[in-house]
Amino acid sequence: CKKDLTPNYDQTTASVYKDFANYKPVLARLYAGFAISGQQGPAGNPDIAGIDEGFSNYIREYYNMQELTTDESIIAWNDGTVHDLHDMVWNSQNEFIKAMYDRIYYQIAACNEFIRQTTDGQLSSNGITGDNLTQAKHFRAEARFLRALSYWHAIDLFGSVPFVTENDVVGTFFPAQKSRAEIFAYIEGELKAIDGDMVDARANEYGRADKAAVYMLLAKLYLNAQVYTGTQRNTDAITYCNKVIAAGYTLEPHYRNLFLADNNNSKEIIFPITFDGLHTTGYGGMTYLVHAAVGGTMNPVDFGINGGWAGVRTTKQYVSLFTDITGNTDKRAVFYTDGQNLEIKDEYAFTDGYAIAKFKNVTSAGKAGSDNTGNFPDTDLPMFRLADVYLMYAEAVLRGGTGGDAATALNYFNLVRTRAYDGSTAGNINAGQLTLQTILDERGRELLFEMHRRTDLIRFGKFTDASYVWAWKGGVMAGKGVESYRNVMPIPSTDLINNPNLKQNTGY
Amino acid sequence: GSISGKIVDEHNQPLPGATLTIDGTTLGGAADANGNYKITGIKPGTYTVRARFVGYDDVVKSISVNGPVTLPVNMLPSNKSLSEVVVIGYGTQRKKDLTGSVVAVTSKDFNQGPITTPEQLIQGKVSGVQITSNSGSPGSGSTIRIRGGASLNASNDPLIVIDGVPISNTSINGVANALSLINPNDIESFNILKDASATAIYGSRASNGVLIITTKKGGANAPFTANFSSLNSLSVKTKEVDVLSADQFRDLVTANGGASQVALLGKSNTNWQDQIYQTAFGTDNNISFSGGIKGLPYRLSVGYLDQDGILKTDNFKRTTAALNLNHGFLRNSLKVDVNLKGTYTNSVFAQGSGAIGAAISFDPTQPVYSGNSKYGGYYEWLDASGNPNTLAPRNPLGLLEQRQDTGTGKRGIGNASFNYTLPFFKDVQLNANVGFDVSDGAGQTYVPATAAAFYTQKGTLSHYFQENTNYVTDYYAKYAHDFKDIKSHVDFTAGYSYQYYSFYTRAQQGYAADGVTTVGLPSNPTKPQYYVDGFFGRLNYSFNDRYLLTATIRDDRSSRFSDLHRNGYFPSVALAWRLKEEDFLKGADFLSDLKLRVGYGVTGQQDIASNNTTNNSYYFPYLARYSPSNGAAAYQFGNTYINTLRAEAYNQDLKWETTSTSNVAIDYGFLNGRISGSLEYYYRKTKDLLVDTPIPDGTNLTNHLYANVGDLNTKGVDFNVNINAVNTKDFRWDIGYNVSFNKIKVTNISLTGDPNQIVPVGTIGGGVGNTIQLLKAGATPYAFYVYQQVYGATGTPLEGVYVDRNQSGSTADDKYLYQQPNPKVFMGFNTSVTYKKWTASTSLRANIGNYVYNNVAASTGAYAGFKFSGYLGNLSSSVLDTKFNNYQLFSDYYVQNASFVRMDNANLSYNFGKVAKTATLRVTGNVSNVFVITKYKGLDPEVQGGIDNNFYPRPRVFSLGVNLGF
Repeated sequence: CKKDLTPNYDQTTASVYKDFANYKPVLARLYAGFAISGQQGPAGNPDIAGIDEGFSNYIREYYNMQELTTDESIIAWNDGTVHDLHDMVWNSQNEFIKAMYDRIYYQIAACNEFIRQTTDGQLSSNGITGDNLTQAKHFRAEARFLRALSYWHAIDLFGSVPFVTENDVVGTFFPAQKSRAEIFAYIEGELKAIDGDMVDARANEYGRADKAAVYMLLAKLYLNAQVYTGTQRNTDAITYCNKVIAAGYTLEPHYRNLFLADNNNSKEIIFPITFDGLHTTGYGGMTYLVHAAVGGTMNPVDFGINGGWAGVRTTKQYVSLFTDITGNTDKRAVFYTDGQNLEIKDEYAFTDGYAIAKFKNVTSAGKAGSDNTGNFPDTDLPMFRLADVYLMYAEAVLRGGTGGDAATALNYFNLVRTRAYDGSTAGNINAGQLTLQTILDERGRELLFEMHRRTDLIRFGKFTDASYVWAWKGGVMAGKGVESYRNVMPIPSTDLINNPNLKQNTGY
Repeated sequence: GSISGKIVDEHNQPLPGATLTIDGTTLGGAADANGNYKITGIKPGTYTVRARFVGYDDVVKSISVNGPVTLPVNMLPSNKSLSEVVVIGYGTQRKKDLTGSVVAVTSKDFNQGPITTPEQLIQGKVSGVQITSNSGSPGSGSTIRIRGGASLNASNDPLIVIDGVPISNTSINGVANALSLINPNDIESFNILKDASATAIYGSRASNGVLIITTKKGGANAPFTANFSSLNSLSVKTKEVDVLSADQFRDLVTANGGASQVALLGKSNTNWQDQIYQTAFGTDNNISFSGGIKGLPYRLSVGYLDQDGILKTDNFKRTTAALNLNHGFLRNSLKVDVNLKGTYTNSVFAQGSGAIGAAISFDPTQPVYSGNSKYGGYYEWLDASGNPNTLAPRNPLGLLEQRQDTGTGKRGIGNASFNYTLPFFKDVQLNANVGFDVSDGAGQTYVPATAAAFYTQKGTLSHYFQENTNYVTDYYAKYAHDFKDIKSHVDFTAGYSYQYYSFYTRAQQGYAADGVTTVGLPSNPTKPQYYVDGFFGRLNYSFNDRYLLTATIRDDRSSRFSDLHRNGYFPSVALAWRLKEEDFLKGADFLSDLKLRVGYGVTGQQDIASNNTTNNSYYFPYLARYSPSNGAAAYQFGNTYINTLRAEAYNQDLKWETTSTSNVAIDYGFLNGRISGSLEYYYRKTKDLLVDTPIPDGTNLTNHLYANVGDLNTKGVDFNVNINAVNTKDFRWDIGYNVSFNKIKVTNISLTGDPNQIVPVGTIGGGVGNTIQLLKAGATPYAFYVYQQVYGATGTPLEGVYVDRNQSGSTADDKYLYQQPNPKVFMGFNTSVTYKKWTASTSLRANIGNYVYNNVAASTGAYAGFKFSGYLGNLSSSVLDTKFNNYQLFSDYYVQNASFVRMDNANLSYNFGKVAKTATLRVTGNVSNVFVITKYKGLDPEVQGGIDNNFYPRPRVFSLGVNLGF
């Protein structure tokens, strides 16, 4: 009789940290938390339950939160409450909002576990010394960065949220809810604390975060500080934008190449989420971003995939940010119009609304990605990239931050414009044209589908009220303003029920 | 000299297995399938012979033997079958001594006709036992629920014990259903243990009842007999899903579609459901040999089944062999029983192709074949690049004919049991039982490169292999003694049992059709395992044959729980009072039996996610672990793809789910047992339910976890009556009827006891992530959670208009709980009439108050179905009534009353008796699934789980059987 059974093909937590060779695979899993949905690619053995595995992928849900709720994106499908996002009628039972929330806290819990198991004391008792110890400290700092990134997503989307750290034990307890400002301060403190342990900018392995990623996140936090804490921190934003810019990233010469299967070669990307057609696969992430945008008369082969999912398109209000929508001048006008109607009469019809041909699973040389089934792209997601920093710098200066100057702001802005016009300065603007509205519009053009739009619209006060409406905002074709409480998402009802310490956001 | 003859029952039907022994000798024989026996080698003289059969009175006759003599034996049922012995956990008991709810069904009462899995033998026969076939595919088995099931997320399957081996009911890849690996023809009896006082001896696995299956055995000193049976059948489709015809579809698209849709219409008239179904042939042949060689009784049987499905290409072939040997050593003080069963199956799985769904939604105006050779010649929807449109359904016939999805299954079940009576103290018996249940399944799926289904990756070739291992050892001692002075009988059993399970799944690499080009990266191998072991004891005490007491206890451990929570104690106690024996009823002649039974017991549950055989989370839920990713879930650092390690969620506090059951029952018999039956009431309460529950976010390494959070209770009534209406020499009429009422309510499902906790369940088709059912405190589990449809003046449902139940001004938050998939009442009726050599029988079942969500109509019943980009999809005919533009998946319009009456079986047989010197012949004609009466608008109202989506239709089956005995 076998009395003491141990799991085959698994390791116990007690043994896994005794061998340093296991540390990197555990760290890799923390990064992979953004890209994949479970421990078996493309599906099977999911991280979280209660929703389709591919649907609930972190990046896919982050896209849904940041893009489907805005002028940039509308979806045709009939899945659950997905239409409530663009219609801005979501409630606390929306499974997509819940999936985002659950992914964020899954990611935080996974990071907590690694940080808990790699304290100085644990490393010492597990016999990790020498270069391994140095490496382990880098790993731990990166885990703290990833946790800070998810906490940023948490406060950006949900406001005041539950707070759990490595000091909590794994179990089922009731975490306390901390205010948005308290967690803002926690993230800020964490990011500053790990600076010393992070690898220098552009010195780490591709895919891993470095000091520049930390600075970028700090800059994003400060730029939105008014929204999160009620106090503007534009000067700090400029400080950290400068640190990122000083690290030596360069704009990718051709805009389109930033979103292709070989974009890992780009010198512009500060922090990517990596995907690979064979090795990092799933039905969220880049698979979603490429497939869902293809439909109608679009040829899937042009996108390096086996077929489109006929899902997301854009509104005419977004299209109107461009004076030339052909893409002949501003290369960022990546509209596909053949067979597509500019007006969206039917939210469920893919052919209503211009399609977007931005993310593709083909290389800059036109070669399809590595997956011969045509399912899973090689294309990485540029989560942080230099053009964003340039525009953030300009905005922070315009908003009155010190430590930068208007001339540099204009220069950075025009660097982005010149690249958009493929090296031509025809689209450049002058100092008088550099307004906050110009910056918001430019961010829209530059960062379409890159999951900044909701945060940007909120920061500019355009997300909920009637000052800016787009097709089907508020659930009506012409668009209308909605309640201001929708600037934060509701805490999912499941967590309110499971955790009596939580209070719902006002309005829900 | 020799004695031979035929042993028949009270209505001249043969009694196979009845034995005849000659007092004072070791000679004896057993009746074959036709009731014939023969004892040879008898020295001349006068003997007393004794015929015995379970449930019948012994017949003792005196006979002079001098050469061959004939002795026919007519046996009569023993008074009210009270001396019948039933099999209980770790032993047997006389039926009249039972205190718990135990129902025995023996082979002569089994359902007739083409039956491929064992549980179908007793479908509709036993009150409180609901058996729902999973689909019309051969070998697909059934879902068995005894008194509705006591668990939510943990298994609701009963424990199944075959010849002393609790078998694994876990699915095996390559086999349609684990139970299809057992040949029903080898089964002698089912004993169904329903209440806790009967099941608690099985402790942690007993909450959902126990089915004890005993296979046929040889008789001691019986002559050699052979029996051959062959049943050949034709299965036909009874009904189609009601979708639009080509002309209806053309008209509808032309009237309601845009120009681009009209342009897509074809000119053909194709009934896709006709294309994918066929009339299917099946044959089931069994031969058995039994007898006793020098006092070594044996039975050897070989069976071969070959059954086509009505879905084209679907097929199930099964070869089985079973051997039973039993022998007494040391002057019969040591009895050894050996049972071996081996099965080999070959399956072609058509259902996995998705053809059933495709045939419903494929445009009927398109032809079957395109007229060119592309995509195997089948018509397909194409995209802008001329490749198959990945969003459109594939050609249904192409899906079937271009796919080879084959599996082979092997299963061996065996045990050896030893029973030793202490020579110096005959009150004590020692028992040992060792058994195994090993199965493996292997298979492959192949689709050629030309097929549209896997066009971009150039076809597919994938393999799988799984091996389930289960072994068991039991040791127990039994002490039994009559204390005549104090009119008492005591028997006491105590023992220990250990059972181990493991499930190995091999790593798998997918390929393109060439078998060389890899597709994706291999999965990881997995091998979860667990054990359950426990000590058990049982005391039976009877006083004056009137007052009976049974008490049992089991102390179980399951490796699923941490050391702190591993033990569970499962006690039971039951009392019975045989009122008929009391003086005040002695004179009541019309009353032949009356017994009152009261029992209470506690049983356990530890079997979570029983059909997941690959994930250690369900086998080590308490343990902090890290699991490796496969290569396709790696992450890139630099130029390296790192296979990751994931910290798994765990719950150190996880413990047994416990169910306490109270049972009150009356067993009755009138008119010398010609009317008999029982009435039972039970109340069952399950606490610490093992529920896969959402947990406070951030506290563990996922968003949900198995925890002991909920409670539910079940009340029910089981009633059955058996009537022997006519009983003359030539004419006999029997009627059986049973009815069961059952009500289940969840009382809590939240970690914090919050009554607002809802757990959406019941995934439906028509958009990913949509669910239609709910678990919620105060409601019956799996109730439908829908909007209340508003109807227009003409009675048609108004699209998107629902009742504002909470009068909030919006109907977005107005879903309500409406009806349930489980029947409130279910019943079975069977009757048989025998006139001379003719026997006619039929069985019917009815479910009342069960509702089904017609997912087929909901997900295809809107004009949106032909408004996809680049292709058209056919619609449910319900759209002609509803005229819905968009799908209204959550309308209660689609939750339809699925109460039904089904005639399962009609059977006519003629017994030719002796057709040659030594041969007997019986011929049977049978129709299965004769008719269904229901209001349900979908294909079939009987859908386990209540969500009707692409159901494989149950065919009507015509069969002809012959049974030859030698």
